[in-house]
Amino acid sequence: MNKSSFCFQLEAIMVEMQDPKSGVKGSEQKLNVTTIPHVIAGKDIVAWVAEKMKITAEEAQAFSTMLVAYGYIYPLQNHKKLVMCNDDTLYRFQTPYFWPTQKYCAEDTDYAIYLTKRNIRKKGMLEPYEQAHYNHLHDWLNHKWDFIVMQATEQYKAGKERKKADRVVFDCQERAYWIVNRPPVCICHSSNIFYQQAIMRSKVKSSVSLGALVKYITTYKNHDPFLAPCVPSNPWQTDNDTYWTLNMRRVELPTKMRVERWSFSLFELLSDLRGRDDFKIFLKKEFSGENLAFWEAAEELKWGTASSMSSKAESIFKTFLAPGAPRWINIDGRTMGLTVKGLEHPHRYVLEAAQTHVFLLMKKDTFFRYLKSPVYKDIQKKALNPEPHNFSPAQLEANANNRGAGIHPIILWQQEEEEKAKAAAAAAPVDVKTEPMCGYD
Amino acid sequence: MYWICSKSMATQELQINESLAHLKTESESLKTKLEEERAKLHDVELHQVAEKVEGLGQFVMKTRRTLKGHGNKVLCMDWCKDKRRIVSSSQDGKVIVWDAFTTNKEHAVTMPCTWVMACAYAPSGCAVACGGLDNKCSVYPLSLDKNENLAAKKKSVAMHTNYLSACSFTNSDMQILTSSGDGTCALWDVESGQLLQSFHGHAADVLCLDLAPSETGNTFVSGGCDKKANVWDMRSGQCIQSFETHESDINSVRYYPSGDAFASGSDDATCRLYDLRADREVAIYSKESIIFGVSSVDFSLSGRLLFGGYNDYTINVWDVLKGTRVSILFGHENRVSTLRVSPDGTAFCTGSWDHTLRVSSSFSFSLFSVISLSPEVLLTHCVFFFFFFLQIWA
Repeated sequence: MNKSSFCFQLEAIMVEMQDPKSGVKGSEQKLNVTTIPHVIAGKDIVAWVAEKMKITAEEAQAFSTMLVAYGYIYPLQNHKKLVMCNDDTLYRFQTPYFWPTQKYCAEDTDYAIYLTKRNIRKKGMLEPYEQAHYNHLHDWLNHKWDFIVMQATEQYKAGKERKKADRVVFDCQERAYWIVNRPPVCICHSSNIFYQQAIMRSKVKSSVSLGALVKYITTYKNHDPFLAPCVPSNPWQTDNDTYWTLNMRRVELPTKMRVERWSFSLFELLSDLRGRDDFKIFLKKEFSGENLAFWEAAEELKWGTASSMSSKAESIFKTFLAPGAPRWINIDGRTMGLTVKGLEHPHRYVLEAAQTHVFLLMKKDTFFRYLKSPVYKDIQKKALNPEPHNFSPAQLEANANNRGAGIHPIILWQQEEEEKAKAAAAAAPVDVKTEPMCGYD
Repeated sequence: MYWICSKSMATQELQINESLAHLKTESESLKTKLEEERAKLHDVELHQVAEKVEGLGQFVMKTRRTLKGHGNKVLCMDWCKDKRRIVSSSQDGKVIVWDAFTTNKEHAVTMPCTWVMACAYAPSGCAVACGGLDNKCSVYPLSLDKNENLAAKKKSVAMHTNYLSACSFTNSDMQILTSSGDGTCALWDVESGQLLQSFHGHAADVLCLDLAPSETGNTFVSGGCDKKANVWDMRSGQCIQSFETHESDINSVRYYPSGDAFASGSDDATCRLYDLRADREVAIYSKESIIFGVSSVDFSLSGRLLFGGYNDYTINVWDVLKGTRVSILFGHENRVSTLRVSPDGTAFCTGSWDHTLRVSSSFSFSLFSVISLSPEVLLTHCVFFFFFFLQIWA
């Protein structure tokens, strides 16, 4: 912790905060069996800071978190989590004796005395990280260990003479001070579990995984603008942005390179929304659009706002999973059972198992049939193959002075939202039983 | 009495020491076993597999744009999905949104803090996120109206107990992933500011993160001052893989485009490649002449090239498979602090402590255009080409 002049400013604020008339109001609280005096709620502190400094609640909360992180205020319950919560979480003001100042710093000797004292009071009370500190200090301060034990014993005896309430308060203050100055760290024990899991995790032979890396590079070689020319030209080289215009989201006809890329993997096909559109045309012909629709709905749930989750989950259940649902997806019984049960208490990843199942189905079967289908072959034929640009130096200069502004992403986004709304209105759930069993485009 | 105290304490000490020593030996033996398991599957080296692959040959790059406008060190930048706009942040608290193609500045925001170390463009292109010494990550919705005061609509999303080192939107505008000097990473819901998941495991400041480009999109990798690169499961908050081979702080991590590997750049002047399926480091990109740290790394679209921005003001380009340096780019007048390849791989952008950003792409040299040039221009081109050639072999 760097001690600097801001400490003095913080201290001034702390003094004001504890003013009996204009400061934050505290009360007595029962903690286990003891009554602790001068306990304050997080929300009262945040409100006081916001009022005092004329800032928003969010800023006040961030500022108050600093007061906790530096040790001026400490939490009573979750004593290791040094943040200010803007609710009924309980805090106490740290005694000025334990404030960070420029003169007194948290010395190892004092920490050793503190840990020794806790050992005397109750055996086996130290946490693993504290035990590690203790062992280290025992080695390196060994020359004064007699002194440390003596001090610890004296403090322990003095502590026993205090009233219980005072003792509990002092213990809290001291513990808070050491959490700030000797923060807890991860240690040995958890890393052993990690190693055990790592050993059991399935690994692949180097030849296989490295082979896959090389295969990826080879597949995408001609699509890498640093390794092969862009057609018609790289906008950064020629100052002509036709390349971007030809590859926009909603083009009537995509380029041949773009169509080729869709064939590399289902992930590529779905990631390019224009490719996804083409895939949807194919699925419509096969009457198997529900898998992709479910996958899209599951993506929306996963990446959506926390507040929208319950309503989305309910709508997904009604549309795709309920018995007799209009767009019922055909997944195995076990996954269906788990998913439906999970939907009772929906969370962001509740559809994970079902979504993976559906994605694998599409990846292993539908995707390959798409690549062999007339829909794909048709778009391959019709796809554009622009002539490479060949600008003269004069033309290049003209391009540089006339760079296109393109369409602003905000406008594109608004257009997309309109399209999505139109599509959602048009694709109202169709009752499977009444859908005409004839081919239609 | 104190003597009795100290004796019983000594016995207790001994017991605890023994159990901790036991844990330590168990830890060492587990670590050895893990190395043995990894070695069993290690049947080939990357350079052996790369022998069958064609070499890259001549490789030249050129700076196409220099963006001037920041008044102080540029610390971070990110591309918009439209492949031409970028957001950049600097030490003086300014965050600027540019159309890098036309070099127009479109928006400028002044943050209430200095050292804005992290910035990110939202996938929709409608907002940017940034943060730094204020320990927060804030989201600013962008507007078509250039006169609108963006700071008025600012939304505070993430809150850490130390500086924000990196931030990234996930697949939508609704969630942000952050890393911080407080040693943790965290996932936040933008609308409510709620903490969705926190990731504990680094023993020191976390300096960088990158989201996996996979079908499931459930993992990300982070690098920190504890020299570790950790791979995390976003659903459970668990660290699922960890790599500790660097000799100093890891400043940058970036996934290989397939998501099966990632690269890292460190203060130890090396970039390294880690294979996630084989669970090991597979390549080190270094040269005796390179002694300054790497601040940021990124792959070209196919994954064949690894671009690294260095503290000695240069950009080195590595052949990922063969492990050799294929190009070096000069131009910045101070250390390169950030580097990102554009979403369609047509160029990469670098930000530097020299207050500028530069967009660079490959240098095209069409034979047809050479023939049609006048002798003087032809000679200049030859000299130019010769000079670039020298740079490659340096």
